[in-house]
Amino acid sequence: MDIHDSPSPGATDAIEIATPRPREHLVVIGNGMAGCRAVEELLARDAGRFRVSIFGAEPHVNYNRIMLSPVLAGEKTFDDIVINGHDWYQDNGIELIAGDPVAAIDRAAKTVTSQAGRTIGYDKLLIATGSDPFIIPVPGHDLPGVISFRDMADVDAMLAAAATGGDAVVIGGGLLGLEAAHGLMLRGMKVTVLHLMPTLMERQLDEAAGWLLKTALEDRGQTVLTGADTAEIHGDGKVAGVRLKDGRDIPASLVVMAVGIRPSVALARASGLAVGRGIQVDDHMVTSDPDVLAVGECVEHDGQVYGLVVPLWEMCRALADGLVGKPTGYRGSVTSTKLKVAGLDVFSAGDFSGGENCEDIVLRDGARGIYKRVVLRDNRIIGAVLYGDTGDGGWYFDLLKKGEDVADIRDVLIYGQAFASGGGRADPKAAVAALSDDAEICGCNGVSKGKVVACIEDGATSLDTVRATCKASASCGSCTDLVETLLALTLGDSVESGPKTLCECTSFTHDDVRREIVAQELKSIPEVMQKLHWSTPDGCSSCRPALNYYLLCAWPGDYADDQQSRFVNERLHANIQKDGTYSVVPRMWGGITSPTELRAIADVVEKYDAPMVKVTGGQRLDIFGIRKEDLPAVWADLNAAGMVSGHAYGKALRTVKTCVGSEWCRFGTQDSTGLGVKLERMSWGSWMPHKFKIAVSGCPRNCAEATIKDFGVVCVDSGYELHVGGNGGTKVRATDLLCKVATEREAMEYCAAFIQLYREEARYLERTAPWIERVGLDTVKARIIDDAEGRAALTDRFLFSQSFSQDDPWAERAAGARPEHHTPMAAFTPRTEEMA
Amino acid sequence: MIGDWLDIGWLDEIPVRGARTVPVAGGDEIAVFRTSDDKVFALANRCPHKNGPLSQGIVHGHSVTCPLHNWKIALATGEAQGADNGCTPVIPAKVSAGRVLICRASTLKAAA
Ligand SMILES: Cc1cc2nc3c(=O)[nH]c(=O)nc-3n(C[C@H](O)[C@H](O)[C@H](O)COP(=O)(O)OP(=O)(O)OC[C@H]3O[C@@H](n4cnc5c(N)ncnc54)[C@H](O)[C@@H]3O)c2cc1C
Ligand code: SF4
Ligand code: FES
Repeated sequence: MDIHDSPSPGATDAIEIATPRPREHLVVIGNGMAGCRAVEELLARDAGRFRVSIFGAEPHVNYNRIMLSPVLAGEKTFDDIVINGHDWYQDNGIELIAGDPVAAIDRAAKTVTSQAGRTIGYDKLLIATGSDPFIIPVPGHDLPGVISFRDMADVDAMLAAAATGGDAVVIGGGLLGLEAAHGLMLRGMKVTVLHLMPTLMERQLDEAAGWLLKTALEDRGQTVLTGADTAEIHGDGKVAGVRLKDGRDIPASLVVMAVGIRPSVALARASGLAVGRGIQVDDHMVTSDPDVLAVGECVEHDGQVYGLVVPLWEMCRALADGLVGKPTGYRGSVTSTKLKVAGLDVFSAGDFSGGENCEDIVLRDGARGIYKRVVLRDNRIIGAVLYGDTGDGGWYFDLLKKGEDVADIRDVLIYGQAFASGGGRADPKAAVAALSDDAEICGCNGVSKGKVVACIEDGATSLDTVRATCKASASCGSCTDLVETLLALTLGDSVESGPKTLCECTSFTHDDVRREIVAQELKSIPEVMQKLHWSTPDGCSSCRPALNYYLLCAWPGDYADDQQSRFVNERLHANIQKDGTYSVVPRMWGGITSPTELRAIADVVEKYDAPMVKVTGGQRLDIFGIRKEDLPAVWADLNAAGMVSGHAYGKALRTVKTCVGSEWCRFGTQDSTGLGVKLERMSWGSWMPHKFKIAVSGCPRNCAEATIKDFGVVCVDSGYELHVGGNGGTKVRATDLLCKVATEREAMEYCAAFIQLYREEARYLERTAPWIERVGLDTVKARIIDDAEGRAALTDRFLFSQSFSQDDPWAERAAGARPEHHTPMAAFTPRTEEMA
Repeated sequence: MIGDWLDIGWLDEIPVRGARTVPVAGGDEIAVFRTSDDKVFALANRCPHKNGPLSQGIVHGHSVTCPLHNWKIALATGEAQGADNGCTPVIPAKVSAGRVLICRASTLKAAA
């Protein structure tokens, strides 16, 4: 029953007490960055205040528009850039009407009507329609194949065009145009950028930096034509090329127009709201109609319109404060731009046009590709342009916003904060510590240092929690270092390690790198470093072996192993010892040997003067003290007796330890030695994230110590117990029982599947024990026991990979391959008088 | 002694991001490195930490990481990087017409 047609006043009263006042209805037009952020800010202040409906022209949930470039470039997928998924709308009771744009606003009736004809009423209306891309009206601008770069649909159109290869022309050498060009080039297109002005990104960069950028892009294979004025786009029913006013003609099957944007105001104008360059709003984002608010790129505040996200965030806060009745007011924003254009770092802030009464301080380091320019007036910074090294951008911007007098540090200003705040090589931590609380840390999300610190003090102890709670570093990631430094400064040693980056050369984690190698089909180390923005020319001793392994695991048979990225043991197929000599372990399948093998080993020991032979914990013989020059000859002798490398030096299958089982032992229930040999024959030669050991015991007495191995089999009367994740190393860990199987064949299949799962998913240098503790035994069980198809696929992939890796590495070396690893380049015998 | 160079072979004989050795009769071995930008550097083939054979380390940028305990040594100065302290003798080296030359006097001094 509706309360309004209650029969008697008494009854009405009773019902009114039980039913809360109906909530006011807030309708939002625009499901983009500003619209949804405004709602988030509002929910954070008073979740019960409004019932919210959001209209979106695009058929998507709220996503991060600035991440469209990485999606185009193939570094991210749409799912990665969703900010608020369907559950957010649901959890907060928000009605989302996606894919149906609002066509009219009736302010008198307080309703909006969508294109599909849906009319709903509002108490408060929020317009957040963003911008429309600007299309220059040259002949041919409406041909199929001419697109803008604004939303997910544009990205899909570009990807479809790129899939067929060919030529692309990007009109516009500003941020968006360059991002589009970069993405299209990575997607395999031949790209020409046409820019009307004499230098690129003239609104963010000065001439010198623009020129550096152009040169760097050309070095990467793009053609950049500046001073290029488009006359027409031509083609028969579809784009074929672009003609310039000077007569040049550039072929193109795709033309991306990225020449600018203008606030999307048509709807507001038609409803009679005050509109200048954008929808006019006051300090509380209220338009000329008190019940209609507007926020984002579509507004004009104090004569300004903005095209970057940081000011939008400030607007959203002011808007939410106003809506809950605690108005604070927006005062306009000074913007800075910190960008990664095609992987190149660029920063600009304020006014760098120079001119009268201005002084320029410039640093140019051509060799390192660095350019910095700071513009001063009356000893105060009014503008800055940084190219190549943008680390100090935040500091300059801070000084600029505060209008601080820099007379005292003028002479060192250009060298950056570390220098200016004392000491040439000051601690970078000290530099961050010295930042003021309102210094901006994360540009994408507008998070200040004070906020990050507060969020850490409130309990965020890892990068991930900081990202989740205050959003710092959650978008483009260029401030990750700063956030990590703040974690370290605020928490001292109690920072959680969390998913760590692979090494200092990259901001990607092991898991990210593995995923991207497969997703982007990266097939060499330089390619990975290029595509994933490595910060060093050729990596370091941590990332190179990891990448070499990841590539090998992802592309068996395809990938050309990089010897220089292997640790010496794997490069020389022997163990380096403390005196620089090597030790050599031949394979003894399942721990069994023969007179011929023993004789060969004894001969090698004598012939090369090996000072010691030792029985290893894994039941093999280790020959010590071999010189690197002698290794090929030692291997040749062992090969001659039929022995191959035991890979005792590798992140690889090491040994399969066995007991004697049913063949000899009075307790043995199955042929543990035989199964051990079979397992070793199946799995030898495979490279792994770390060393890998197997053992097979013939009964639960477990003489082969199978329950502290990476994969252990304990034979029982009814079959085979399979154990995983054991480790006898620094931290002893007994295995977990994976399952029990009835036959040898199954034992082998499960073993192969387990190895492959570990090979594909563990991080480099992570043994099975910590891996299983990290992902959980249940996950491993679900993949190997519950999912028969998945298990079979893993087994197949393992055996496929093995078809390439089971060559004895010693044999080719013994036959003379890669002599440079073993022979000196030259020998030097000084004249006797020199020796004195 | 400047200008007195030992010609030890072609640049191509050293793997990129790798090293070769030059034993010195009666003295210590020299390690000759080639970096990814085709520069050559020569150091005594022993780590300042515990004499690890630097020629067997992983070469990255203008540094090599010792194979024994991962000290990182700058190829240009022989200095241990980061928190570690120590220095390996450096032998001036250069490439001329595709041949690798190392300084004779420094080689003798380093090997002594
Ligand atoms: C590829 C790209 C890269 C960028 N990179 C950066 C960067 O690195 N840093 C930075 O600060 N900024 C960047 N920007 C700019 C930034 O994305 C914008 O400033 C920001 O998205 C503006 O937010 P907004 O909510 O005002 O508009 P939008 O995010 O565009 O949202 C507006 C939404 O309203 C919808 N809409 C329009 N009309 C209607 C209607 N009638 N009915 C229903 N819905 C409607 C639109 O479809 C759109 O989804 C980038 C922009 C692009 C396109
Ligand atoms: S594990 Fe059992 S079968 Fe194997 S040797 Fe020991 S007691 Fe015998
Ligand atoms: S000997 Fe080089 S690091 Fe120890």
